[in-house]
Amino acid sequence: MDKNQIREVIARRAALELKDGDLVNLGIGLPTCVPDYIPKDVHVILQSENGLIGIGPSPAPGEEDKNLSNAGGGYVTLKCGASCFDSATSFGIIRGGHVDVTILGALQVDEKGNLANWMIPGKLTPGMGGAMDLVSGAKKVIIAMEHTAKGSHKIMTECSLPLTAAGQVNLIITEMGVMEITPEGIVLKEINPEFTVEEVQAATEAKLIIPKDIKPIQQ
Amino acid sequence: MKSKQISVTEAVSMIKDGMTVMIGGFMAVGSPISIIDKMVESGVKNLTIICNDTAFPDKGIGKLVANKQVKKIITSHIGTNPSTIEQFNNKEIDIEFNPQGTLVERIRSAGAGLGGFLTPTGLGTVVQNGKQVINVDGRDYLLEKPLKADVALLGASISDTYGNLFYKGSSQNFNTAMATAADLVIAEAEEIVEAGKIAPENVATQSIFVHYIVKRTV
Repeated sequence: MDKNQIREVIARRAALELKDGDLVNLGIGLPTCVPDYIPKDVHVILQSENGLIGIGPSPAPGEEDKNLSNAGGGYVTLKCGASCFDSATSFGIIRGGHVDVTILGALQVDEKGNLANWMIPGKLTPGMGGAMDLVSGAKKVIIAMEHTAKGSHKIMTECSLPLTAAGQVNLIITEMGVMEITPEGIVLKEINPEFTVEEVQAATEAKLIIPKDIKPIQQ
Repeated sequence: MKSKQISVTEAVSMIKDGMTVMIGGFMAVGSPISIIDKMVESGVKNLTIICNDTAFPDKGIGKLVANKQVKKIITSHIGTNPSTIEQFNNKEIDIEFNPQGTLVERIRSAGAGLGGFLTPTGLGTVVQNGKQVINVDGRDYLLEKPLKADVALLGASISDTYGNLFYKGSSQNFNTAMATAADLVIAEAEEIVEAGKIAPENVATQSIFVHYIVKRTV
């Protein structure tokens, strides 16, 4: 699979996790592609931590409103029924458990549901932004990412990078399959038929639990 | 009541070397960009800046960083400003990272007379280092303390002559909390109207918090 195919498989599968009426916060990068694949009869409400609910598509060139951006700084539009508010309210919404689903990328995620996605000591220090609050507060935390970083493991027995949050991740979606974090470990619930279970395990540091009724990845 | 409007130059003359300054805005949306430009011109230095992010080297708060007028930043994100990252890596600048929700709530606490607040955000991460963990009804929380400043600089869409502020789109962000948490509060607005022109229920920052207003010049 090429890069675009990988992103499409992941985004298409992640979109199926969203239910009609869900309040959803999407991280920057791959998760922002997810709305392109939401089934037509499912209407979700997108939240942005800088103080918006009801985000619509990007504006046409020349139509940008300089007072209206998403958390990545990109200009956005608002849908009918949207609302704007300040950061304290926004993080009340986030920490208060009012966000149904957040979909984020990761540098590493481990079998205890720990997530590392905000820094690589000595190399990359962008800061955590709103990620720590989102992962602590959202009802469901989905990690949507490529299975490995150019071959190096990202799904670990234990994260080696500084954590964003401990024990908060529920589901991991990659181009290889769908993995659920359970008290027993990581269960490979769905697999992309382009890969064998052995290939998925080889690309994963943590020992995967393979159920008898493993399904092909939904698309 | 007398108008609170002053010039950008008068506003910037109140910001002194070594002060702690809160600056509103999120990736420069809702930032007081004329005041920032004038601060760059004035060369005021050794500032401690409290802000959500350091925007871009040529836009918003990032200009102060790029011009090396800042010694410390209390923030949640610097990833969009290579100048901040470079100065941080070279140890020319001190950065205290706060989770975004924690940062705004620390500011809100200071302005609301609270001794801090309890949040689950940051538990089990480096954010927990040196902080008290308090268990309430079986759940752990971090104690986060209030955060104040000498000056808060706000970016609004419309101000009336009393300093009541209205914000369009996503430009409220940190401005409303910062308005409450500094000794001196200066708001920059795109438009200044007579008192009474903003419907009372549309006022997001109340005039009592705002000492001076300036009109955006760019």
